[in-house]
Amino acid sequence: MTRVRTVLVAPALAVVFSALLCAVALLISGDSPLTALRVMITQVGQGTTAVDILNSAAIYYLVALAVAIGFQMKLFNIGVEGQYRLAACVAAIVGGTVPLPPVIRTIVIILVGALVGALWAAIPAVLRAYRGVSEVISTIMLNAVATGLIAFLIRPDTFGALSGNNITTPPIPESGHFPGLHLGSSGTIFGMILVVAALGTGYWFLLGRTRFGFELKASGESPSAATAGGVDARRMVLIALLMSGAVAGLAGLPELLGRDYAYTLTSPQGYGFTGIAIALLGRNHPVGIAIGALLWAFLDKSAVALDVVGVPREILLIMQGLIVLSVVVAYEIVRRYELAAEQRRVAAQLRALANAKAPSPEGVSS
Amino acid sequence: MTASGNSGAGPGGSTAGEWAVELAGITKRFPGVVANSDIHLRVRTGEVHALCGENGAGKSTLMKILYGMQPPDEGTITVDGRQVRFRSPADAIRAGIGMVHQHFMLADNLTVAENVLLGAEASHGIGAKARARIQELAGTVGLRVDPGMLVERLGVADRQRLEILKVLYRGARTVILDEPTAVLVPQEVDDLFDTLRTMRADGYTFLFISHKLDEVRAIADTITVIRRGTTVGTADPKAVSSRQLAEMMVGSELPTPETRESTVTDREVLTVSQLSLAADDGGRHVLEDVSLVVHAGEVLGIAGVEGNGQTELVETIMGMRRGAHGTITLGGRDISHASTLHRREAGIGYVPEDRTRHGLLASQPLWANRILGHQSRPPIARGPLIDRAAARRDTERIVADFDVRTPGVDVHAAALSGGNQQKLVVGRELSGDPVLLIASHPTRGVDVGAQTGIWEELRQARARGLAVLLISADLDELIGLSDSIAVILRGRLVATADPSTVTPEELGTAMTGAGSGPNLAKEGS
Repeated sequence: MTRVRTVLVAPALAVVFSALLCAVALLISGDSPLTALRVMITQVGQGTTAVDILNSAAIYYLVALAVAIGFQMKLFNIGVEGQYRLAACVAAIVGGTVPLPPVIRTIVIILVGALVGALWAAIPAVLRAYRGVSEVISTIMLNAVATGLIAFLIRPDTFGALSGNNITTPPIPESGHFPGLHLGSSGTIFGMILVVAALGTGYWFLLGRTRFGFELKASGESPSAATAGGVDARRMVLIALLMSGAVAGLAGLPELLGRDYAYTLTSPQGYGFTGIAIALLGRNHPVGIAIGALLWAFLDKSAVALDVVGVPREILLIMQGLIVLSVVVAYEIVRRYELAAEQRRVAAQLRALANAKAPSPEGVSS
Repeated sequence: MTASGNSGAGPGGSTAGEWAVELAGITKRFPGVVANSDIHLRVRTGEVHALCGENGAGKSTLMKILYGMQPPDEGTITVDGRQVRFRSPADAIRAGIGMVHQHFMLADNLTVAENVLLGAEASHGIGAKARARIQELAGTVGLRVDPGMLVERLGVADRQRLEILKVLYRGARTVILDEPTAVLVPQEVDDLFDTLRTMRADGYTFLFISHKLDEVRAIADTITVIRRGTTVGTADPKAVSSRQLAEMMVGSELPTPETRESTVTDREVLTVSQLSLAADDGGRHVLEDVSLVVHAGEVLGIAGVEGNGQTELVETIMGMRRGAHGTITLGGRDISHASTLHRREAGIGYVPEDRTRHGLLASQPLWANRILGHQSRPPIARGPLIDRAAARRDTERIVADFDVRTPGVDVHAAALSGGNQQKLVVGRELSGDPVLLIASHPTRGVDVGAQTGIWEELRQARARGLAVLLISADLDELIGLSDSIAVILRGRLVATADPSTVTPEELGTAMTGAGSGPNLAKEGS
C-alpha cells in the first residue's frame, strides 16, 4: 500500500538519519555511540523507566493532539503551552476547594480543565475568525499572559498557600484523584492514559468518519474550495481552536490527578512546544502521534540514563532536533515523489487501457 | 554556429529553408509510460510554428526536452543545423532557445529591469549598457512601461511581454510560448499576435503551444498536431479548418455544441432581482441592479469580457459573497440570506471557473472530492457521519457515467489531467438531482474530448428539466448551448440576445459596450 509506505518510510528514514548524525557527533566528542545505544536500549528494561516513558508519552500525546487539531486546518496553536498550564492551575484550585463527592469530583476537575483550555483558546479563535488576527501572534502573547495569571492565582493571598520554598494550590483530596495502575516497585501508570486513548480514538473517528472531520480537512487543504463546497470557514476556525484548547486543557491533568494532586510553582512547563514537534513527527495522525510521543518520551528518559554513564545528555536534544527537521524534510520529499509516481501510474494505466481498446497504428507501446 | 549566429538587435541572417529547430525521432519513456514516441518536428527559422494537442498528449514533455529540462531517451535535437545535447535549460538558452511558461516566473517586488537582469548579469552587466539593451528589446516586444517600475504594478499582458523580453535578453532567437493566450482577454490576444508578427518579420522564431484552435489558425504559419505522444501530422493553417484540426487532435469526428430542440418550460427556477454588490473596498458597484430569470430546462448564457462582474454574480448567487442587496429566489423560496451549504442543499450545483481553487481538494482521493458540497446530504451523509462506502460507490458511478479516465477512485485528484478533473467536478455537481446548475467556464482548459463530453452532459441535464446559468468566455460555446443570452458589462446586464440569430461578432460588440446589432435587444431600464 502506498499510503502505509508514505506514512512509515519517511519517519523511519529520518530517525535513522538523525541517529547516524548523532553517532558522528558522539564520535567527535570522544564517546562511543555503541555504548550510548546500549544504555538507551537497556534502560527500557528497567520497570521504572518504562512506566515513566509511558506516563510522559500520555501527556505528550494530549499536547500533540491539541496541536494536530489546529494543524488539520493550517492553524498554528502555539498557545497549547499557556492553555494547558492555566487549565491545570484552575482545575487544581477547583478540585482543591469545591467540596464534591468522589468520581464526580474527578469528572468536574477534568471538565474544568477542558473548559478553561477552550476558553483561553477562545480569545485567539474569536480574534482570528472575526478580526483576522494571526493566531500565531495572539497565542504566543497569551502564553505570557497565562504565566502572569497563574502567578496571580497561586499567590498565598488568593488561592495558593506557602509550603516550604514552594507555593501550591490547596491539595486535591483523595476523592478527586484519578486512580492509576500500580505496578509495585516500577511505579504507577496514570489512569488518565485511558482518557488519552479514548481521545485518540475519538480524534481518529472524528477526522475520518464524520462530516465535521471532513470539513476540517477540506478547510485545511483548500479554504477556497471548502467555502465553495458550503463549509463555513469562520465557524471551522472557531470550533477547531476551541477543540484544540479543550484537549490542551487536559494535558496537565494526568500529573495533577495521578501524582502531584496540586498545582505548584514547580509544575512542569514546556509541554506545549514539545507537542508541536510531536504533531509534526506524527503527521497529525492519531497513530503517528502515539509513536512520536513514545519516541520523544524514550529520548527524554535516555538523557538521564546517558548522564549516568557520562555521555553528554545534550546529545539527545541534538537528536530530537534532528529528527523533527529531517522528518519534515523527508515527508515533503516522499509526498512529492509519491504524487509524481501516482501521476505516472495513472497515465500508464490509462494508456494501457486505451491501447487495449484501440491499438494505435503508430505503435505507442507501454 | 551557422549564419544566424549573430547577437544584434534581431537574430538576422536567416535564409529561407533553414530550420531553426529540428526534432527527429524523439522518444521519452517514464516508468511504464511512453510520454513521447518517435516525434518529428521541424520549425523553420522566422516562422510561428504551432504545436497542438489535447491535454496529456505529450506537448509539455516535448517542450521540456527541447528546453533541456529532461533528456530524451532516443532521437536527436538539431538547432540551426547543429546537433545539440542539452543537459539543462542553461544549455538551451546558450543555443538560443528561450521558454515563456504559462505561469509567469517573475519577482513581484523587483522592478522590470531587475527581473530581466536577475541571473543574466553576465551578458551586459547591470549598468547603462544593460539598460540600453533592455530599452531596445522593450521596443521589440512592445513593452511600454518604465523599466524602473515594480512588476507587481504590471498587468497580465505586460508581465507576459516582460517574460518574452527576459528570454530575448538572454539571447533567445527561438521562443517557446506555452499557452500564452490562456491568461489574456481577447483584446490582449490581438495585441500579442501583432507583436509576434512584427517580431517574426525581424526574424525571430516562435513555437506556440495551444489548444485554442482559432487562435492557432490566426497566428501560425505551420501547425503540427500531436496525439497520444506522437506527431500525427503537419497542417497549413490557411488550408485547414478548426474542425479538421480538432479531429486530428482527438482522432474522431467532433460534435458541435448546438442544442437541438428547445426544452424551456415556463417554470421559474432561479429568479434574481435588483441584485447589487459593492466592491470589497466599498467603492464602485461590481454588480448593479442585475435581474434575471432561469426557467426549468433552460440554459441562460452570460456573455461578457472577463472582469465585468461574472465572478461576483456567480459567487453572490452561491452565497460566497456577503453584503449584496436584492433578492435571490430558488423555486419560489427566498435564499438571499441562506448559507452556501443551504443553497446547495436547496438544489444548486456549482461548477466553479477555477476547479483547482474552488472545485477540488488536490491531495485528497477522488471519493473524498465527491463529498465536497454534499457532506450534509444523502447518499454521502448519515446524520453527522460520512458514509465512506456510499461516497466511493457514487464516485465510481460518476467515473463510469462521465467517462472520467482514472484507474480508480483512490487516486488523488491532482493525479488526473485537467479534463478528467473537470468531468469529475461536473459529475459531482450534477449529482443529487440539482434544480439549478451554475456552470462557470465549464470547458476552460479542457481538451476537446472532455469538452464534447461535458457539453453532452449539460444538454442531457437540461432535457431532464435542469435550469442552467452558463458563464463562458467561449462565444461559440455560449451560442451553441444557450436558450437565451444576456450580456454583462461593468456589472450590469446591458443586452439580451437570441442565440439562434446572434453572431459571435455582434455579441463581441455588445460585450465591449460599442452598441447593439440587429439581433440584440437593449436591456430595458
